[in-house]
Amino acid sequence: MTDFQAASKMRELMARYYFEAKTTKEKPIAWVTSGAPVEFLYAMDILPIYPENYSAMCGAAKVSLPLIETAEAAGFSSDICSYARTDFGADLTRGGPVQGLPAPSFLLCSTNICKTVIKWYEVVARKYRVPLFIVDTPFLHDGLTRELIDYTSMQFEALERFLEEFLGRPFDRERFQEVLQESYKASNTWRKILELGKTRPSPFNSQDTFIHLAPIVTLRGTPECTAYYQLLYEEIADRSRKGIGSLSKEKYRALWDNLPIWFRLRRLANFFEEHECALVVATYTNSWGGLGDDYNPSRPYEGLARAYLSPYINAGFEHRINYLATLVEEYSLTGFVLHSDRSCKPYSVGMYRMQEEVSRLTGRPGVIIEGDMCDPRAYADAQVETRLEALFEAMDELS
Amino acid sequence: MNWYAGIDVGSLTADAVLIDEEANVVGFAIIPTSYDSMAAGSEAYRLALERAGVLEDEVSGVVSTGYSRARVQEAQVARTEISCHARGAFHIFSDVATIIDIGGQDSKAIRVGPGGRVLDFAMNDKCAAGTGRFLEVMAGALGISLPDMADLALASTVEITISSTCTVFAESEVVSLISQGRAPADIASAICRAIAQRTAGLAARVGISDRVVMTGGVAKNQAVVRMLADKLGFGISVPEEPQITGALGAALIARANSAS
Repeated sequence: MTDFQAASKMRELMARYYFEAKTTKEKPIAWVTSGAPVEFLYAMDILPIYPENYSAMCGAAKVSLPLIETAEAAGFSSDICSYARTDFGADLTRGGPVQGLPAPSFLLCSTNICKTVIKWYEVVARKYRVPLFIVDTPFLHDGLTRELIDYTSMQFEALERFLEEFLGRPFDRERFQEVLQESYKASNTWRKILELGKTRPSPFNSQDTFIHLAPIVTLRGTPECTAYYQLLYEEIADRSRKGIGSLSKEKYRALWDNLPIWFRLRRLANFFEEHECALVVATYTNSWGGLGDDYNPSRPYEGLARAYLSPYINAGFEHRINYLATLVEEYSLTGFVLHSDRSCKPYSVGMYRMQEEVSRLTGRPGVIIEGDMCDPRAYADAQVETRLEALFEAMDELS
Repeated sequence: MNWYAGIDVGSLTADAVLIDEEANVVGFAIIPTSYDSMAAGSEAYRLALERAGVLEDEVSGVVSTGYSRARVQEAQVARTEISCHARGAFHIFSDVATIIDIGGQDSKAIRVGPGGRVLDFAMNDKCAAGTGRFLEVMAGALGISLPDMADLALASTVEITISSTCTVFAESEVVSLISQGRAPADIASAICRAIAQRTAGLAARVGISDRVVMTGGVAKNQAVVRMLADKLGFGISVPEEPQITGALGAALIARANSAS
């Protein structure tokens, strides 16, 4: 992992965010999914809280397993998402780094990351007896269509009315535009940061960006978030100009697909470093970049609909395969790692075919490793490391 | 004279191979890994040296492979089983195009190009079904030895199917077949067919072409080899000692490294 000076600023931001969440008396709290249109909430002074982000924190802190076991003992199947199980466990025991999340006033979820979130949030809604607003973002089998954009925009209008009713005051469209621009600015800076991974040697590696992802997920739309990424960008751009790599030696350059394996983040970072392999691009972190590409101030909902319909995992295989192949070229990769995440089915389904096709299109080797983002029982060091070493050897053969 | 060694410490057996400058095998050993993989690797190496009449000091290079490859103290370099099986199989059959290796914990299919270069490979998912461990557990359930399993399976007259792909569930399925009074030969055959089926699916992922070589301990099971050949529609060549292919490949890599 690379030491960035900006990291202390991020820790401060996140600490302040969770402190506010735990102590606020005046702001209503909404639990939201990572792909929810959080700009509506910041515009109305609602504090969004992310169970997924909290589960990731529990995973990285290696405390997810007892929480998962608690959830399973309460009757949740071991086959459901480990973020959901970690969250249920943390909620039941007030466990994890900040002793559980503050109770929600309402819930907002979007189906653009998976369909599990519907059932997950229904469980939470029943427990806390709070309203749940679902933004349904259909899967893009063959790209965006006018119908899909209109369908999603209409739901944003309904969300506006929902918030007005819930808060008993009119929706502030002006403030919303400000938040939207702030969100887009941060998202664009995040993308600029990630694109610096094209530099050889790469000034950061993907394990770093998994950590530095927290503010763009939780705080996008706030000026603090935008300022943070500007700071991080300047530091990384400076490293990039000076040719300072994240690894002392960069023999291989690879892509990481799917979520991180939070409870093995450091071990895997060390493992990749020992083998002089820099992970320079990840589809997961890329998902929060470039949200504002279709921004049109006169029709803000349309651009937002496009952005929230288009995450990588909400799009069809052909798109994914071509996207991966493009990244292999653009980032001068020597190979790619596909993490088949037991918990994240929409991200993992079809991976064998994807590996085959991306290899065929790019002539670069890839490997599939089996793991999980939060459940350590679904992970075996020796099996994964053997497969990764086989990838290194395959990259040697082709170099 | 220079000697080179390969030590393959896997989940079930530790194998060592010693070769001379011309890449002739001059000694080898196969022993169970048991709980102390480091000691097993050393012991297999010691036995191979003893059988060849070579002293450890006379060995110019040692490469390790297998699950405990990083823990083999005698080795200067560790390589994965993929590279080692490809190298070993290519040495024995220079026209090899597809390698299927079923080891104790992993099964893999490797597509090799000219010179034994690895073009593509696929490995089993984390489940142990279809591996050597699966076969061992099933032999245990039937109360027979591994070598007997193949002979028994080849004597089968009635085709029955084990539907479960999970080792644990398949074991209970075998137990219930026994209690139904099904013939042990037919059960053994069903077990071998289950492995062949799973392995054929894995091999299809890398694309199969002639010549197909099977390595690893399970290649000793004639019934599995025959059923797999039927499924693939290709003949399968098996080295005389399929289990030591990985260690042989490691020794060949040690020899190549010292030349470069």
